[in-house]
Amino acid sequence: MERAKPPKVDLWGRGRALLRAALIPTTAVLIALLIGALIIALSGANPLIAYSALFEGGLGSTRAFARTLEKATPLIFGGLAVALAFKGGLFNIGAQGQLLLGAIFAAYIGFAFQGLPPVLHSALALLVGALLGALWAAIAGLLKAFTGAHEVITTIMLNFVAFNLTDWLADGPWKDRAPGNIVARTPKVAAAAALPNLGGIPLGMILAALVALAVWWLIWRTTSGFELRTVGQSPSAARYAGIPVRQITVLAMVTSGFLAGLGGAVETLGVVGRFQPGFNAGLGFNAITVALLARTNPLAVIPAALLIGAMQAGASRMQFSSGVASEIIDVIQALILFFVAADSIIHGVLRIKPDDGEHVALSSGWGA
Amino acid sequence: MRGDAPVVLEARGITKRFPGVLANEQVSLTLQHGEVLALLGENGAGKTTLMNILYGLYQQDAGEVLVRGKPVRMRGPSAAIRHGIGMVHQHFMLVPVFTVAENIILGAETSRGPLLDMAAARRHIHELSQRHNLAVDPDALVKDLSVGQQQRVEIIKALYRNATILILDEPTAVLTPQETDELFVIIRSLTAQGVSVIFITHKLREVLALADRIVVLRRGRVVGETRPREASERSLAEMMVGRSVILQVEKQTAHPGATVLALEQLSLNDDRGQQVVNALTLDVRAGEVLGLAGVQGNGQTELVEAITGLRPVRAGRVLIDGQDYTGAAPRRISESGCAHVPEDRQEDGLVLGYSVADNLVLNTYYVAPFAHGIVRDGQAVLHHAEQLVAQYDVRTPNVTTSVAALSGGNQQKVIIARELSREVRLLIAAQPTRGIDVGSIEFIHQQIIAARDRGTAVLLVSAELDEIMALADRIAVIYHGRIVATLPATSASREQLGLLMAGAQPEHL
Ligand SMILES: Nc1ncnc2c1ncn2[C@@H]1O[C@H](COP(=O)(O)OP(=O)(O)OP(=O)(O)O)[C@@H](O)[C@H]1O
Ligand SMILES: [Mg+2]
Repeated sequence: MERAKPPKVDLWGRGRALLRAALIPTTAVLIALLIGALIIALSGANPLIAYSALFEGGLGSTRAFARTLEKATPLIFGGLAVALAFKGGLFNIGAQGQLLLGAIFAAYIGFAFQGLPPVLHSALALLVGALLGALWAAIAGLLKAFTGAHEVITTIMLNFVAFNLTDWLADGPWKDRAPGNIVARTPKVAAAAALPNLGGIPLGMILAALVALAVWWLIWRTTSGFELRTVGQSPSAARYAGIPVRQITVLAMVTSGFLAGLGGAVETLGVVGRFQPGFNAGLGFNAITVALLARTNPLAVIPAALLIGAMQAGASRMQFSSGVASEIIDVIQALILFFVAADSIIHGVLRIKPDDGEHVALSSGWGA
Repeated sequence: MRGDAPVVLEARGITKRFPGVLANEQVSLTLQHGEVLALLGENGAGKTTLMNILYGLYQQDAGEVLVRGKPVRMRGPSAAIRHGIGMVHQHFMLVPVFTVAENIILGAETSRGPLLDMAAARRHIHELSQRHNLAVDPDALVKDLSVGQQQRVEIIKALYRNATILILDEPTAVLTPQETDELFVIIRSLTAQGVSVIFITHKLREVLALADRIVVLRRGRVVGETRPREASERSLAEMMVGRSVILQVEKQTAHPGATVLALEQLSLNDDRGQQVVNALTLDVRAGEVLGLAGVQGNGQTELVEAITGLRPVRAGRVLIDGQDYTGAAPRRISESGCAHVPEDRQEDGLVLGYSVADNLVLNTYYVAPFAHGIVRDGQAVLHHAEQLVAQYDVRTPNVTTSVAALSGGNQQKVIIARELSREVRLLIAAQPTRGIDVGSIEFIHQQIIAARDRGTAVLLVSAELDEIMALADRIAVIYHGRIVATLPATSASREQLGLLMAGAQPEHL
C-alpha cells in the first residue's frame, strides 16, 4: 500500500517520556532509602557507613558485581513473569511456586541424566523447568478462565502446595543420598547441565536480557501482545473485538509461569547447582517488587532487577561492616514496593499529574 | 424569562489547556436561580471540560468560578457538592457491583454511631424518587440496570446531596423519547423548586423545548448566546458548526437485494436469565436500512448481542447470507462481513487506555496491512488512523493520543469510523449517533446511506425516532421481545410508531 509520509520519530518526546516514566520509580527508591537510613540511625548505627558498605558489597568490586548479577538473574525472569501477567490484567502472586517447580525439575533433569552433550543437557533442563512453571501457572489460569476463581487466591494456594511438594521431593525421592548428607537437597547437577560464564558474564544473565527483549517485542510488537493488553485493559472490549478472552487469560498465565519456571531453572543450573529448599525463598515475591518498580515494562525489569539484586548482594557486607541487620534490606524493599504501588503519594510529593497511559491495575475488580 | 433572578453560578474567563488542545479559552457564563441554561457546541467544543471545572474535577489554568457571587476555588467534587453543585456525567460514575441505594449514599453515608443507617437512607431515597417520579428499585444492582435507569440513579444521587445547582451532561443521549419527556417534567419541577440547571445536549429540539437561555461554544470559546424564542433548529445548528447544516438526510429509494441477515424464531435471555426475546423473526436485505424501533429494554440490546456472537442463543437461528451463525464466535461473525457499532461505547467499543490509532484497528489488528503473521505493522496502523481521523473529522491532537482524552462525541466517531470504513455485508449499528453533534450526524448518516447504496444490509437500532425515520427504509417495532409490526418507512408516522412502541396492537391503529 501507498504511504504518505512516514511519521517522524520524535526522539526528544521519547526521551522525555522515558525520563518521566523513570521519575516515579527513582523517587520511590530514594524515599525508601531515606526512610531506611532513618531506621538505621534510630537503631544506633551510622547510615552512611551502612549504605557505603551496601554499595561496596553490591557494586564495589568485580566479585561484588558478579554476585549482584547472580542475584539479579532470576529476578529478571521473575519480574518478567509478573509484568507479563499484569499486562493481561492478572496478578500472578504465584511466581514463587512456579519458580520452585522450575528449579527442582531443572535440578532433576540435571542430576538424573548423565552423559548428555553439554548444550543439549542444559537446554533440556531449562526447558523442562520452564514447562513445569507453565504447567503450574496453567492451573490458576484455567481456574480463572472457566470458574472465575481469582488468580491471587489460587496462586497463593498453589504456592503452598509448591513449597511442600518441592520440600518433599528434595527430602524424599530426589534427596541427595551422598554419604554424610543429612539436609534436604537434591544431588548436584551434571557438569553438562550447568550454565557456564561467557566472558565473565553468567550465561543466565545473557539469557535473561534476551528474554526481556523477547517479552518486550511480544507485548508491544505482535498481535498476541495486542490481544494480551486488550484483555488486560478491557475484557468486554476484547470480547467485542473478537478476542478469545478465556484463551488469552490461560495463555497469559502459562507464559508467565513459563518465565518464572525458567528463572527457577536458571537459578538451579547457573548459581546453586542443585535444588535446596530455602535457597530461592522470597525470589518470587521480590519479583513482584521488580515488576512494579519497572512499572511492568519488560526492558525496565533489567535495571530494576539489578538494583534489587545489588541490594541483596550487598546486604551481608553491610551487616558485617556496620552491624546493621541485613533484614533492613527487606524493609527497604517493602518500602519501595509500597511507594511504587501507592504512586499517588509520589505524584503528590513531586506535584505532578498521574499519566493515564501506563496504569498498572493491582486488582482486576471494577475500578481497574 | 427570569431576567432579574440572582446569579447562582458564574464562570469568568475560564481557560483550560490539555496537551495539544485548548479546551476552554476565556469562557464566561452565568447561571441564574431557577433557570435552565442549555450549553450547545460541537463534539470537542469544550462543554464537558467547562462543567468538570465547575464541578471541581479539573482545575482551570486561568479564570475564576463564583458561587452566589463569591469566588470559590473548587479543589474537588466534594467542594462543589458543599456548594450545592451536583453533576450527572456523560459517562456514568456508578459502582456496578453495588446496589442502587449503596451507590446513592456512597460518600454521603448516613450513620447511626459507627454503623450505616441503611434503613434511613433507603427511606430518603424512596421519598426523593417518589417526589420526582424517579422510579428505581433501591435494591437492584447497578450493573443490572438499563442506562436510562442508571441515569435516574445519578440524578437521585445529586439530589440526595442537596444539590441546588444541577449539571446534566448529555442526559438525554441515552434516553428514549418517553424517558426524555419524563426527564423534562422532572427538570421543570426541580427548577420550580428553585434548582438551577445546566443542560448539555446535541438535540436542538430539546434545547428549544426546555431551555430558558442558550449558550453556544465552538472550539473552546463562547460564540453566542440566545433564547429559544429567538432561535430555530437551523439557526442553532449554524451557530454551533459555523456553516449551514442539512438536517434532513438526502437519499434515493432503496433497491433491496437478497436477504443478508435472517433471524428465525430467535429466543434469548438477559443477564439475569429472564427471557427477553421471544421467538423473534426478522429479515434484513442487502441494500436496505431496517430500523428497529423500540423503547429501551425491550430486547434490542440482547438481540444485537446475539447476532454478533456476544450472547448465547436459547432457541432459533441466526443466518447471515444463508449460512448458520447461531452461537458462532464474535470473530467468525465479524469475518463473515459484519460490522457492529455497539451500544455501550466505553465498555465494549473502545479500549480507553489505547491510542486512537489502536482503537481504529481494534477488530482488524491481525489482518494485513496491520499485521504480517503475528508481527504488527505500526506504520500501517498509524497511516490508517491518519486517514480516518481526517475523513471522519475526529477532533484529537494526534492519532497516538489515548482515546480516553477525547470528548464523548469524538470517542463515538472513532467507533463509527472503524466500523463504517470496513467493506461489509452487514452493518449493525446500535445508537450510532448517540452524543454526536448535528454537523457530524449529517456526515455519518450520509455514510450509512452510502454503505446501503453499495449493497450493505443495515440494521439500525435506535431510540431516536427521528434517526429511524430519517434513515430507515423499513421500520420494525420491537415490544417485549417480539416484532409487533414491520412497516415501510414512507407510510409510518411518529405517532403510530410511538403507539406501537408503547405496546398498542397494530390492528387497532
Ligand atoms: N482529560 C483530558 N485530557 C486531554 N484532553 C482532553 C481531556 N478532556 C478533554 N480533552 C480535550 O478537550 C477538548 C474538549 O473536550 P470536551 O470533552 O470538553 O468536549 P465536549 O464539548 O464535551 O464534546 P462532546 O460533545 O463530544 O462531549 C477535546 O478536544 C478533548 O480531546
Ligand atoms: Mg462532552
